[in-house]
Amino acid sequence: MKHLQAINQKAARIERYVEHDVVALSGRPAGYQAPQQPDGPHIPLGCSLVFSPGWEVDRTGGTAGLCQPVERDLFDCHLGCFWPAHVPDQLNNTPDWTKNCATAQKDWRKLDLIFP
Amino acid sequence: MTMRTEVALAAREYHGFEAAGRRFLYMVPSAAVFGLDDTAEAVLDGLAGGKMSAAEIAVGLAGRFAEDEVLASVNELMHVHAIGEADVLQEPMAQQMPPTPFPLTTMVLNVTNQCNLSCGYCYEYGDDKIVDTENGKQSKFMSQETARQSVEFMLEESQDIETVHLTFFGGETLMNFPVLQETVAYARRRAAEMGKGIEFSLTTNATLLRPDIIEWLADNDIGVTVSIDGPKEMQDEFRVFKGGGGTYDVVVPKVRALLRRHRSRPIAARVTLTRQVLDVQRIYRHLTEEIGFWEVGFAPVTTSWTRDYAIGDKGFDTMLGQFNELAEDFLAAALENRHHGFSNVKDTIEEIHKGVSKAYPCGAGLGLRGVSTDGDVALCHRFAGSDEHKLGTVRDGVDHSLQQKFLEEHHLAHKTDCQTCWARPLCSGGCYHEAYTRYGSTTAPNLHYCEWIRSWTDTCLRIYGELAARNPDYLTIFDG
Repeated sequence: MKHLQAINQKAARIERYVEHDVVALSGRPAGYQAPQQPDGPHIPLGCSLVFSPGWEVDRTGGTAGLCQPVERDLFDCHLGCFWPAHVPDQLNNTPDWTKNCATAQKDWRKLDLIFP
Repeated sequence: MTMRTEVALAAREYHGFEAAGRRFLYMVPSAAVFGLDDTAEAVLDGLAGGKMSAAEIAVGLAGRFAEDEVLASVNELMHVHAIGEADVLQEPMAQQMPPTPFPLTTMVLNVTNQCNLSCGYCYEYGDDKIVDTENGKQSKFMSQETARQSVEFMLEESQDIETVHLTFFGGETLMNFPVLQETVAYARRRAAEMGKGIEFSLTTNATLLRPDIIEWLADNDIGVTVSIDGPKEMQDEFRVFKGGGGTYDVVVPKVRALLRRHRSRPIAARVTLTRQVLDVQRIYRHLTEEIGFWEVGFAPVTTSWTRDYAIGDKGFDTMLGQFNELAEDFLAAALENRHHGFSNVKDTIEEIHKGVSKAYPCGAGLGLRGVSTDGDVALCHRFAGSDEHKLGTVRDGVDHSLQQKFLEEHHLAHKTDCQTCWARPLCSGGCYHEAYTRYGSTTAPNLHYCEWIRSWTDTCLRIYGELAARNPDYLTIFDG
């Protein structure tokens, strides 16, 4: 890297990663074969952040990772997505609705009903 | 990552700071520190006003930097996640769990829960205690048998770790000196038999130091931390005998004798700061220059906010101001490769240098365990003896599923309030015991000192930046 200088040890590791892995891979020489890498955890993209339902397929082309009732009907469906869901109006009336929900994958049970 | 120059970009999470006339980024959550050149700086400044595409940034900077330089620096900033595509959400923090069972590296033995002092703020005895050490079920002194079982437990739980640390704590550790002596000899022999290294340390109020004890500490290379609060009037404010009399006049001659004889390990002072005792500069000078401690560490008292000695908001400001002044002294010394004993700043700088990004605030429940006088194993010494926080016993082992549950529940990913804070890689929500005392739950982040943590972390980053720019050789002491 030219414009950023790695100062601490972590930065040096990131720099090595960027220069050797990412940059080297993007300019693949002829006959280059990608190193075998284990698949990452299955995290559907798009709807993906598991909580924006409504996409047709997940990143593997399947439907298993797409929105399911209840636990996946939480975020985004009231904002950017067509999927109908009964979630509180977080923009105006209940901005703190997800206050206790740090990681929606795990904490969705903490989301409660809203009583006017 | 192929860059699309027309896509809107926005700044991602980082904390910018300046040192030695230069701009740096502290990346969150990776904890990497990068120095910026003029182009990268201008790109970030451009994005500070709102989202822009790389092409727009390049147009805006056209008079100052060539387009390919701007695009190259945008590319680099994207690679380190300082900026990203504005419409792509950042992934929520993944809850990566440490491997289990996690090897034990440090064990704290509460060799007694009795003390010959009655320090007003003590969490072991004062208003904020969580274990009844006076009338509870625990024995008041650890037996030699329990101590030996603890050593066996530690050696077994340490798995493949080459060197383990055994720390004695209390109560006042020296009230159980016979068990200390036997345990050190036993542990040293057993560790050697298993081909492991072992190191010892203890914390003491120094009132019971005698020439023969000092000899033993020195001969056995025992690291010693002395709980002491500073000059006479400060020490005697809270650190008193049962009768209420101050301890300064008893402690200081003994500490001087210890410092004269025990040269093999650095001897540290550990100061508890309260609303009444907050003159950090004066305490530091007294303990280092006048008494001769190698290092001084400061910690604000752990207490519920209602207590008279709790440090209020104004007190935290005062403390921060003084910490900053002392940190400047540290910097001046470090620039000349001189030792400075302000351990708070040194410890933090080491973590910054290594790029530590924590999912847990400390080793409690990970590599650290506390053992109570009757052999109950808890998260750390502060919880030793508490049934609520018990993980098992040294005789029957610990329930690793309980430990796993603890680690799952206390992961930083669950601390909602911390998710927007740039200091979370270093703080990770703070001390479990402090949280328990303040908020009644070990899972709560310590919100009462967020501002102070951020200010202090910023100071340490700045000092780190100065050292990196002006005397990088100094930082090599943290390598490896």
